[in-house]
Amino acid sequence: MELLQAQNIEKNYAEHRALTDVSISVEEGQVFGLLGPNGAGKTTLIRIINQITAPDNGIVLFEGRPLRGSDVEKIGYLPEERGLYKKMKVGEQALYLARLKGLSRHEALKRLKYWFEKFEIQTWWNKKVMELSKGMQQKVQFICTVLHEPQLLIFDEPFSGFDPINSNMMKDEILELKAKGATIIFSTHDMASVEELCDHIALINKSKKILDGKVDDIRNQYKNNNFEITYEGNYGTISSNLPNEFQIIDHTENHQVNTIKIHHEAGHTNSEMLAALLPYAEITSFREIIPSMNEVFIRVVEEANR
Amino acid sequence: MNKAFIVLQREYLTRVKKKSFLIATLITPIFMLAVTILPGYLATVDDKESRTIAVIDETSLFLNNLPETQYTKFHYLPVEQLQSTRNSLGKNNYYAVLHIPANILTTNKAEIYADKQVTFDIKEYIQSKLGTEIERLKKAKIIAATGMPDLEQKLEKTRTNIDLSTIRLDSSGNAQSGSAEMSMVVGYIAGFMIYMFIFIYGSFVMRGVMEEKSNRIVEVIVSSVKPFQLMLGKIMGIALVGLTQVAIWVIIGAGAMTGIKAFYANDNIAAVQAQNIMSSNGVVQEQMIQQAPAATHSNEAITHIFSMIDNLPIPLLIGCFIFFFLGGYLLYSSMMGAIGAAVDSEEDAQQFMLPVTIPLILSIVILVSIAKNPEGPLAFWTSLIPFTSPVIMIARIPFGGVPTWQIILSMAILVATIVGMIWVTGKIYRTGILMYGKKASWKEIWKWLRYNNY
Repeated sequence: MELLQAQNIEKNYAEHRALTDVSISVEEGQVFGLLGPNGAGKTTLIRIINQITAPDNGIVLFEGRPLRGSDVEKIGYLPEERGLYKKMKVGEQALYLARLKGLSRHEALKRLKYWFEKFEIQTWWNKKVMELSKGMQQKVQFICTVLHEPQLLIFDEPFSGFDPINSNMMKDEILELKAKGATIIFSTHDMASVEELCDHIALINKSKKILDGKVDDIRNQYKNNNFEITYEGNYGTISSNLPNEFQIIDHTENHQVNTIKIHHEAGHTNSEMLAALLPYAEITSFREIIPSMNEVFIRVVEEANR
Repeated sequence: MNKAFIVLQREYLTRVKKKSFLIATLITPIFMLAVTILPGYLATVDDKESRTIAVIDETSLFLNNLPETQYTKFHYLPVEQLQSTRNSLGKNNYYAVLHIPANILTTNKAEIYADKQVTFDIKEYIQSKLGTEIERLKKAKIIAATGMPDLEQKLEKTRTNIDLSTIRLDSSGNAQSGSAEMSMVVGYIAGFMIYMFIFIYGSFVMRGVMEEKSNRIVEVIVSSVKPFQLMLGKIMGIALVGLTQVAIWVIIGAGAMTGIKAFYANDNIAAVQAQNIMSSNGVVQEQMIQQAPAATHSNEAITHIFSMIDNLPIPLLIGCFIFFFLGGYLLYSSMMGAIGAAVDSEEDAQQFMLPVTIPLILSIVILVSIAKNPEGPLAFWTSLIPFTSPVIMIARIPFGGVPTWQIILSMAILVATIVGMIWVTGKIYRTGILMYGKKASWKEIWKWLRYNNY
């Protein structure tokens, strides 16, 4: 079932168009990746979903009905531009943000206790925010985002400013939230994390959506007839005897295992390629190279900008 | 609106709990008191430096006639030494050289030479002593000519001081003793306080908004609260801080007034008792009698001041003060909030602050002429224009003559302007707080007014 649908969203600013007829549909329990180059319109779309700004055209549906003001309590948002009151104490601040999301003081305190214990940061409660490092502040912000247990979580560049250890912890937390049934919209430039976390993505470029689908489907769709073959044999003989329709893109030679990457032109089958190789190599493994999201991203955006 | 209240709570508590708030609240009255009392006090502190002044008297009328004090001595020198003494000033022991020319009786002119600036007190002292001496000489001449030795005493008796009390009639024709000076002082102080409050608390709002924007916390908050609620909660929270401060001052002030009243009431009785005791004691009598009337006189003055304060339209004044303080603050702070949202740095804020605060500054500039003529056309129009009315109207109220319809009209215009202004500034605010790194200009802000927000 769709938890959130944005239909034909359009948004204009004085000099430029931020979104042109963009529709996305986020299913319940999904991790939905919202991708795109800087300035493509992702943040505008996220702000529209958060009711921070209104679309010029189009409608956002939440649980199948138009978005309501009270839905902010069902959404948790960690913006890319995020911060805290520097001079306020951590605990007070978390309490304040939780109450703004509709939690009672009592309930907020209870849940904060749980999260502060989980992250082992109880000692921070009475510290001022400015005494914390940036990574520490991010943890506090993360807690504030998820504290009211929203159905929909929106993370805009959640890993920026985190060291690898903390960003791994964040990934684990996101997966844990997903396991608990939360739906997550996730915007990032880190394509590796998209492969790790996302089920579904939409790619926005220059205000338009140019790609939408399940991560696996998209990667398969952008397969390039590239193959990786490990073999025993002599690389020189292979390279001099391989017919022209099979191009070697890359090769590595180890003591035991040699690897070669081959691209075959359309119209040729895998069997033909293997048959061409067999006389010169003892093949130990063979697999098709599925492009990374990073490759897909660059290819799609470059094609769109051409 | 519940959420605006949570915002309000935070804005209020974080400010009131600060030590600087407590300090400012307590220090300001002390500072004000010091500013009013200190110059007067310092003037009464005696100059304790011994100085000898060389006197070159071409008339010989003043020889050994100028009264000396403990610290100021005169040394009379022959006329020939004028040049040499003047030239060696700084090397000899004279502080200055007083040259009394031969024609002083007709020109009323004398000179004093010194190698540094002669103190004000010395100048005053010599001026008055020379004057008294010349007057005495002239009088002696006239007395001798008329042949009436008691002429001076007779003339002295003709001296008359008029005590003109201004009596204001209230609407039902009852006389109220009032004082134009008192109304002026109270009006000026009230107007100035409103001006200060608008400025100080308005810039609190601006800096609060800028803090939220530059800390980037604003996007987190506006995902839970409507920007308008955030702005409203902030403005109201800070207004409450201001009201708290006023309340503390009113309490301190009222306490101090009652205290002073009680103190002087006791003092009056004590003065009377002291006089009774003195009359039975002949030795100190002469000296004390000079002081006793002076003391009762100053007591009278203070009782008079109190009665004038009591006769001010206090409830109206306090009511209007709170209304115009809040109204003026709302008007200006909503603009300053919008400025805070539009800019990225304190420097950028300046270019917008100036045009916005010009009417406010203007109203403090014309405040003096308003206090002189509280019913004139300038006073009338500026107390209706909402950008100046908070300061001007409150300055007119203590005079008591402002017709009720004018007050109500002024309030109505102010409220209507506030509503319109909050609508406009709210739009600027909503767009501005989420615009990072874009340099705001008037043109840019004009565009924001047309964006589609919630």
